[in-house]
Amino acid sequence: MTVAVTARRDVPQAGRADAPRGGPRRRRRLHVPTYVVLIVLALFAIGPLIAMLFNAFKNNAQIGADPLSPPTSLSLSNFTTAWREGDFATTMRNSVILCLGSALGTCVIAGLAAYSLSHLNVPGGNGVVTYLFLGSAMPVQLFVVPLFSLWTSLHLTDSLFGLIVIYWATDAPFATLLLRSFLMKVPKEFVEAARLDGASDLQIARRVMLPLAWPGFMTVALIVGLWAWNEFFWAITFIHSPGKRPISTSFLAFQDQNSTDWGLTSAAALFMLVPVVLLFLSLQRRFVAGLTSGGLK
Amino acid sequence: MTSMPAQAPLRANPARTRARLRRGLVGWAFLAPLLILNVLVVLGPSLATVYYSFTDWSGIGPATFTGFANYTHAFTDPAVREALLHNAIWFVLFLTVPMVFGLLGAHLLNQVRRFQMLFRALFFIPYITASVVNAAVWKMLMSPDSGIGHLLGTDHAWLGDPSTSLYSVNFVVDWHWWGFLAVIFFAAMQGVDAQLYDAAKVDGANRWQQFKSVTLPGIRPTMVFIVLMTIIWSLKAFDYIYIMTHGGPAHSSDVVSTLMYDEAFNQYSAGYAAALGLSMTVVTGVVLAVYQYLRRRGWEE
Repeated sequence: MTVAVTARRDVPQAGRADAPRGGPRRRRRLHVPTYVVLIVLALFAIGPLIAMLFNAFKNNAQIGADPLSPPTSLSLSNFTTAWREGDFATTMRNSVILCLGSALGTCVIAGLAAYSLSHLNVPGGNGVVTYLFLGSAMPVQLFVVPLFSLWTSLHLTDSLFGLIVIYWATDAPFATLLLRSFLMKVPKEFVEAARLDGASDLQIARRVMLPLAWPGFMTVALIVGLWAWNEFFWAITFIHSPGKRPISTSFLAFQDQNSTDWGLTSAAALFMLVPVVLLFLSLQRRFVAGLTSGGLK
Repeated sequence: MTSMPAQAPLRANPARTRARLRRGLVGWAFLAPLLILNVLVVLGPSLATVYYSFTDWSGIGPATFTGFANYTHAFTDPAVREALLHNAIWFVLFLTVPMVFGLLGAHLLNQVRRFQMLFRALFFIPYITASVVNAAVWKMLMSPDSGIGHLLGTDHAWLGDPSTSLYSVNFVVDWHWWGFLAVIFFAAMQGVDAQLYDAAKVDGANRWQQFKSVTLPGIRPTMVFIVLMTIIWSLKAFDYIYIMTHGGPAHSSDVVSTLMYDEAFNQYSAGYAAALGLSMTVVTGVVLAVYQYLRRRGWEE
């Protein structure tokens, strides 16, 4: 409302000077510069990544001569060498385990919590929601050191499971809040009807909530999976042996070893980037919706 | 129940109380996995940080209580002061640069009909790309022997020179971030009443005036939120700095979080690191409190 008032008050005074030049003719012409700027912005965003795609097919001498030009031949030798020397078969497998484990676990943990916070009228539920919101804004520096010590004593460092548990704990607040907003749209009558039929709360959660809030769970799984794939801080802190590394930290180690071979590291980077981009382009709406609500952590 | 109207109120009460108690217990049981995990990973270690920040803990073994020694050390430590200055520079750049690009991108997206989704996707891709990949791309493009600078005839080592290292890393972070802001602002702008633009057009407002007087006030809640969160995000800045420069050369790109990480895991001053981590949290808490206060005051509306 205040928006409307200020706008109506400000615009006429500000606009008067230009008034004679308005009209539909001017609007149509303006679209060309708009698209030009949009294309420049798009090139700024993905140009560097395209340069990397180009360089993955070039050798170092060609990159040194021009790091931005397209390759002259489609040599795959960088890819085969990087795949072998970087042991990407192992590290990709590790990352897939991390993605699936954290996505599935988070969906279960957050799904149960979200059902409770949306339909069970828990006493103190609002406090939990506030706690989850504030907690996810806190810096990890608050708890990383004692957590490392605790994980060492529980033999959970250098373990994919240990890392997955951390992802569950750090991602579940976001996932709970997101799923709660999905579940709140499920009418209470559905739950009451199921309850009258003698369904337990666990059955209601699985048979009524899960199918109805399916898009919410898909979104959570995608985003938690993406975070696990890209995640760096926890992985570099908690995983040290090369055979257990996920793709992110092993890629960094590979890059440090081959710090001057840009063709090789570009090819290796594509192993990490291409699956994400393909998935993103095919499910764009879901990614954007989830990340703009939860990327604020 | 209906056959015994006189007794009903007396008998229903304990039954209903018991039912409500049961509901509450079931509710908390559903919350239990989340809360237990949170206590184990986040809350417990956070409380431990509070304790360790008053000790000389090395990260393993016992700790001796040292009172406020870590905090007085932090206040006089020139490394902390330099890191805080870097955080401040980081904040100013991270607030303004992505904001300008993000608002521009969102505003233009809002003006066109065709290819909206395509541009939105392209803007968004750097944000969903892993930090290690983005860092590798820009290490390559900023390298003195084969980067863009080399192509243009300068062999400046952007990341290797202490006078440009912080700004170079910040540029990469801004580059990967503005598209995310563009998408957020774009979503907010679509919520602005189209009639306001029509009214402005009728009054002859040009596009800049429309942007200033209709769009910006219309997305103010989002702007306020982003500005406040940027303070928190700037304080948390870690990944790109750690990956690209390790805070170097000669601490020229160190911020509080990289300094804290180094103290904890390389210098074995976990107690001191705890004090730094807790101080960061206090600042975060203050920012969130200010946000809540502004929201209650309705300034956001």
